[in-house]
Amino acid sequence: MKSSIYDRNAENSWCPGCGNHSALRILKESLTELNIKPHEVVLVSGIGQAGKFPHFMTSQSFNGLHGRYLSNALGIKASNPDLKVIAVSGDGCTYSEGGNHFIHTIRYNPNIVNIVHNNQVYGLTKGQASPTSQLGMVTKVQVSGVFNEPFNGPAIAIAQNASFVARAFVGDIEETKEILKKAIKHEGYALIDLFCPCVSFNRINTFKWCKEHTFYLDDSHDPFDRANAFKLAIQSDRYPLGVLYINPNRRPYEENIGIYRTDKSPLFKRELDKNKFNQLLETFR
Amino acid sequence: MVEDSINDISIVLCGAAGQGIQTVEALLTKSLKKSGYNVFASREYMSRVRGGVNSTSIRVSSKSVRAYLERIDILIPLNEEAIPHVNKRISSQTIIIGESKYIKGSPVTKGINIEVPFTEIAQKIGNKILANIISLGVICGILKAEKSVLQDAIVKIFKKKGQTIIDENLDAINKGYEIATELIDNKKLQRNFNIEKTSEVENQYIFDGREAVALGAIAGGANFVTFYPMAPSTGVGTFLAQHGLEFSIIVDQSEDEISVINKAIGASYAGARAFVSTSGGGFSLMCEGISCVGMMELPIVVLVGSRPGPATGMPTRTAQEDLELVLYAGAGYFPRIIFAPGTIEDAFKLTQNAFNLTQEYQVPVFILTDQYLIDSYYNTPTLNHETLEIKKFFVKTDKNYERYRFTESGISPFGIPGYGDGLVDADSHTHTEEGDITEDPEIRAKTVEKRFKKLELIKKITIPPEFIGREGYKTLIIAWGSNYYIIKEAIENLNRNDVALLYFKQVYPIHSSVKNYIEKAEQTIIIENNPNAQLTKLIELESHRAVDFKILRYTGYTFSVEELLDSIKNILEGI
Repeated sequence: MKSSIYDRNAENSWCPGCGNHSALRILKESLTELNIKPHEVVLVSGIGQAGKFPHFMTSQSFNGLHGRYLSNALGIKASNPDLKVIAVSGDGCTYSEGGNHFIHTIRYNPNIVNIVHNNQVYGLTKGQASPTSQLGMVTKVQVSGVFNEPFNGPAIAIAQNASFVARAFVGDIEETKEILKKAIKHEGYALIDLFCPCVSFNRINTFKWCKEHTFYLDDSHDPFDRANAFKLAIQSDRYPLGVLYINPNRRPYEENIGIYRTDKSPLFKRELDKNKFNQLLETFR
Repeated sequence: MVEDSINDISIVLCGAAGQGIQTVEALLTKSLKKSGYNVFASREYMSRVRGGVNSTSIRVSSKSVRAYLERIDILIPLNEEAIPHVNKRISSQTIIIGESKYIKGSPVTKGINIEVPFTEIAQKIGNKILANIISLGVICGILKAEKSVLQDAIVKIFKKKGQTIIDENLDAINKGYEIATELIDNKKLQRNFNIEKTSEVENQYIFDGREAVALGAIAGGANFVTFYPMAPSTGVGTFLAQHGLEFSIIVDQSEDEISVINKAIGASYAGARAFVSTSGGGFSLMCEGISCVGMMELPIVVLVGSRPGPATGMPTRTAQEDLELVLYAGAGYFPRIIFAPGTIEDAFKLTQNAFNLTQEYQVPVFILTDQYLIDSYYNTPTLNHETLEIKKFFVKTDKNYERYRFTESGISPFGIPGYGDGLVDADSHTHTEEGDITEDPEIRAKTVEKRFKKLELIKKITIPPEFIGREGYKTLIIAWGSNYYIIKEAIENLNRNDVALLYFKQVYPIHSSVKNYIEKAEQTIIIENNPNAQLTKLIELESHRAVDFKILRYTGYTFSVEELLDSIKNILEGI
């Protein structure tokens, strides 16, 4: 692994062999290659193994509550659009605890990157089913096997007309970096559902399984074709990897915020116009 | 037959939702104020958009009036249900002016009934919808308000609707004044309304509680506002949305209250002055987020407008039931400040200052109020806003910046990402000075003590209760929040100088002076609009003495001056 300005001297608490190690490297290298500086980046996360991301790299960071990180990220981006906001958490945090925020963040379309580590199991709480667990998967809790339909983040995102939707596999470092760099450059909400195997609690969806059950979209794929993108997103025998869908017509949320139309300065730099306030008070006489 | 003239009159308009009561109320109060009368209005309404029965009570007086009265001097019923709805408030002195069907159809026979065919007259002018405006003219005519002020208001309101509409409305006003003159000349009112006008009132402000809080937020520098529509606080978000562009405020109606608080948390981390507006039910969903504010030590101001619970309760009614919710919301211990304004002026001032305090101490500050205050308004000479400051406490970070640095005071310098060379790491876990997760028992203890120290600082700047009365009092009555003026007027009506009032506008922490005030009293009475005496417990904890008498109401409706006068008298007379 190349050294990076994003390296941080902190004790890493992930299991050896965890997909998160590669995911961290991919993020650090992508940001470095795009020449983005750590103090320009706010890494926002929730709770779960992926939620610990901000503690293992150098950047501005916000480690919020379980499931709420997309709302935090939106508030941060809205208050200071100059910040590069990258929101990282797992499938449980994003699709289960934060399901409503996930759907509505897509609607808002803030200019943030959302990496969802999809390991199809709960790691931090030790092996219960996650919203993306495969049908039939037996756990200590799901004793008869999972029978709830797995949550399909990319398909939901395309159905809701998200502006950038991708699937990736953490085992393929270079390919994932390319997808991530596209997501970072994209203006608007960019979802990357990242297969990221849990080596401790998921014996089904392993690195090997991911290799065997995925394929890369080739150059013939048209990411602007929403219906086809949806078709690809709901495919579950073998999962297509790459940028599934781009909607170039959706304006980022920050650009829709009225106060930024004439003045781009972040909220912390603004002052109350006291004359205007006095004028407003006069209307109450 | 003509009684003594009265100079403090209570007018009630009552009818269905969608009948334009609010428009008439706004026109009436503002026009009367501009004519030089002191006014107070409060409304009660059902949780529905059309139909049902709602009422607004308007007091007009030669002196400042700011409390809800049970008494009705003039009632304008606007549908068949109106009289039964306010039946208990009608006396033989009440003048009822309305359509014969609304008066005759009612089981009430007491009162002075004056039948006026408002609808028929309105139809003659051009549209039956003008009936309300005619009644408005009648009231203003009886009170001898300046007709020109009302005419100006009409022109202003209907400007966009064209000259025909304006003319019809002006005709309706004229007709109302003619009816009033006839009633006065023929002595049909059986009494004289002689309210003295005061020229200084003409140019005073008139606000409701919702406007006072929203204006306070603007004056406090709020620039990131999130809310989810819910009575009684929706209007605060609406007001700020309407003025957002003007004052550089982002106003966001979020998907749910959980998102509301979490967006505000993110915004606050990024340097915004974040404001959240909700009610008790909505706030329930924010408890987790509030504990995150506590852990992250971020500035946030939250308006909680109470209504009777539990659960959906009575959405449009009033209660002081959420003090304990707001005080104890969130897992774990962390300090906070809770204000409970009892006046429009306090609602403005406390909200404004909340934005400074929350930044200075990095603790959540709550504005706890209720439907009664939010929906009440009166004229006031000043908000004293000229001297108010917006204080900013964030610092430019350097390379060695640590978000949670341990300091003598417990307050760490507040850095924000994007301002300076440092990195700002906020964490919902127990964290090190740098903002990293830790499970070290010593660091954990130090972080707890760090937050706890801030409570001691907050106690030093806690607003003392306001004492109204004379030294040597025997009975001390304790009030908090929106009941203040109702209790104050009830006490004034007692005409005793051994009864004093202690009004708390900050309900957490409780100011330590309470002990002294209580020790001097022979007996204490507390008045709260909740079933379990929520402030009482805090007072007793601080004063180490039990409150002797509690007057508690939990009907979902406000206290009235008369009711409290009776309740207090009963206690004083030992009944």
